[in-house]
Amino acid sequence: MDKKKQVIMALASVLVLYAVLEALMMVGIVGPYWQEIMRYAMVVTIGALGLSIMYGFTGQFSLGHAAFVGIGAYAAGLFNLTFRHYGILAFLGSLVVGAVVAGVVGYLIGVPILRLKSDYLGIATLGFGFIVTNGLQNSDKLIPALGGARGMTGVPQVQGFGWYYVLVLIAVILARNFIFSTHGRACTAIRENETAADVVGVSPARTKIMAFTIGCALAGLGGALYAHNIPFLHPDSFNFLESINYLIVVVLGGLGSLTGTVITAVGWAFIWEVLRLVLGPLYDFRGVIYAIILIVIIIMRPQGVFGGIEASCLVPQIKRRKTHAAAGD
Amino acid sequence: MILEVKNLEVSYGNIRALHGISFEVEKGEIVTLIGANGAGKTTTLRSISSLERVQNGQIVFNGKPITNMKAHQIVKMGISHVPEGRKIIGNLTVLENLMMGAYIRSDRVGIQESLEEVFTRFPRLKERAKQQGSTLSGGEQQMLAIGRGLMAKPEILLLDEPSMGLSPILVEEIFNIISSINKLGTTVLLVEQNAFMALQVAHRGYVLETGQIIISGPSETLRSDERVRTAYLGEIA
Repeated sequence: MDKKKQVIMALASVLVLYAVLEALMMVGIVGPYWQEIMRYAMVVTIGALGLSIMYGFTGQFSLGHAAFVGIGAYAAGLFNLTFRHYGILAFLGSLVVGAVVAGVVGYLIGVPILRLKSDYLGIATLGFGFIVTNGLQNSDKLIPALGGARGMTGVPQVQGFGWYYVLVLIAVILARNFIFSTHGRACTAIRENETAADVVGVSPARTKIMAFTIGCALAGLGGALYAHNIPFLHPDSFNFLESINYLIVVVLGGLGSLTGTVITAVGWAFIWEVLRLVLGPLYDFRGVIYAIILIVIIIMRPQGVFGGIEASCLVPQIKRRKTHAAAGD
Repeated sequence: MILEVKNLEVSYGNIRALHGISFEVEKGEIVTLIGANGAGKTTTLRSISSLERVQNGQIVFNGKPITNMKAHQIVKMGISHVPEGRKIIGNLTVLENLMMGAYIRSDRVGIQESLEEVFTRFPRLKERAKQQGSTLSGGEQQMLAIGRGLMAKPEILLLDEPSMGLSPILVEEIFNIISSINKLGTTVLLVEQNAFMALQVAHRGYVLETGQIIISGPSETLRSDERVRTAYLGEIA
C-alpha cells in the first residue's frame, strides 16, 4: 500500500509544481521569455525520453535523433497549417500526426539499419540525419509550404504551458510503462547481452525495432510541440549538432534512467540561460563553461548523474501480491 | 526420440568446427557431450538453439526439422538453452531475470507455478529475489541461469558447462540439481569438461574430439573405456 501512497504523493507534487509554475507566470515573475524556455524544456524532455528508450535502455546508438524530432515538427506543422481553422483540434491532430509520421519513418529506417551494431549503427543514423536535413532544405520543391532552406513559417502557436506539461507527463508514463513491461525487460536484456535475450526467446530484431519505433514516435511528438512553440522551423534546427545534444542529455542523465533523462533534459534546456544570468558580461565564454561542466560531470560520474537511479514512484513492484509471498517477505 | 542430430557441419569462417556429427537424445534421458577445449561441444549446443548457423546436416526435434530456425522460435518449440558463462542479465533483479525466462509464455498462473517450483528448488534465489543479478556469486548465478531456463517450461534443457568456475561442493550441488530436474521429467543435454561428474549423472554420453564423435555409449561403458579414462578422467594408463 505504501507504493500507492508514493504514487499519489508523486502525482500530488506534480500538480503542486504545475500550480506554482502557473501562479508564477500569472503574477509575471516568470515572463514570456522564460515561459518559452520552459516550453522548450518540455520539448527536449519528450524527445530525450525517446532516445532514452532507444539508447539508454535498449543500447541502440543513434546519432540522428534530432532528425526524427524534425520530421515530427514539419509533419505536425504542415498538418496544423493546413487545418488551422479547426483551432485546438488541429493542434491535437498535429501532435498525433507528428508522432505517427516520425514513428513510421523510424520503423522503415529501423528495419534495415538495426541489424548493425554500435558504431556502425551510429554511422547509419548519422547518414539518415543528413538525408533528413538535406531533404528538408529542398523540401519546398515538392511541398512549397515546407519552405525549404528558407524555413517554414505560419504554424499557429500554442503557448499554454499546461499542454506541454501534460504531454511530458503522458510521455513519462508511457515510457515508464514500456520500460517496466516484459518488452522493456527484453530491451534491457538486449542491451546487456544479446545471447541472454536469444536464449529466453526474445527476438532481438523485433524488440530493437519496437524500441526504435517508440523512441522515434516520442521524438516526433517532441517535434510536434516544437513546431507550436517556435514560429519558425528551419532544417538546421534538427541537424547533427542537435542530435548530439539529445545524446548528451541521455548519457549525462545516466543510461537506463528515466529520472535522469527527464531531469537532465530540463536542466540542459535551462543551462544556457542560467549561464547568461550567471556570467553576465563574460557570456561570450558560455561555450567554454558549458563544456567544462560536461567534462567535470562525466569525470565525476561516468555512469551519468542518475545512472542506476530511478525515482521510486516510477518503479513498479512486479506482481506485488504473488511474488512478495514467493519472495518470503 | 526427442532430439536427433544428423551429420551436423558448422564452420567459423574457414575453420570447420564440426565435421558432421550425429547423435540422438531419447525423451527423459540425460545425455552428455564431453571432450576437451575446442572439441565442438558448445558449438553443437549453439547450433541446436540456432545461435550458430548450420552449414550442413539436420536437427530434428520431436519429429520436426528445426535446423536454422530463428533462435526465439526454437525456445517456443520447447528447447531451453542455459549458455556457457551463465549470461544472466546483471542489471535486472533475480526475480526479473527469472521472469525473462518465461518471456515466451503468457499463462500467468502457469508462470507463477514455475516460479514457485524454481524457488523451491533454489531457495537461495528466493532469498535474493530482489537483488540485482550481478551481485550474485558464481554458483548462485549458475542456479539463476538454470532457473531461468526452467521458467520456459522446456521439454529439453541444454546445459553448457554448468560446473565452470565453481567450487567442488557447488559442482556437486549443481549436478544433484540436474539429476533431480531430470527425474521430474525434463530431458537434459549436458555439455561438460568435467567428464567425471558428467558421466556420473548422465545415462549416455558422446565423446567429441576436434569436431567429431569418437566414442559413444552408456555412461558406465564410457567410464570404464580406457581411452576415456586416460584422456578425460585423468587416470594414468
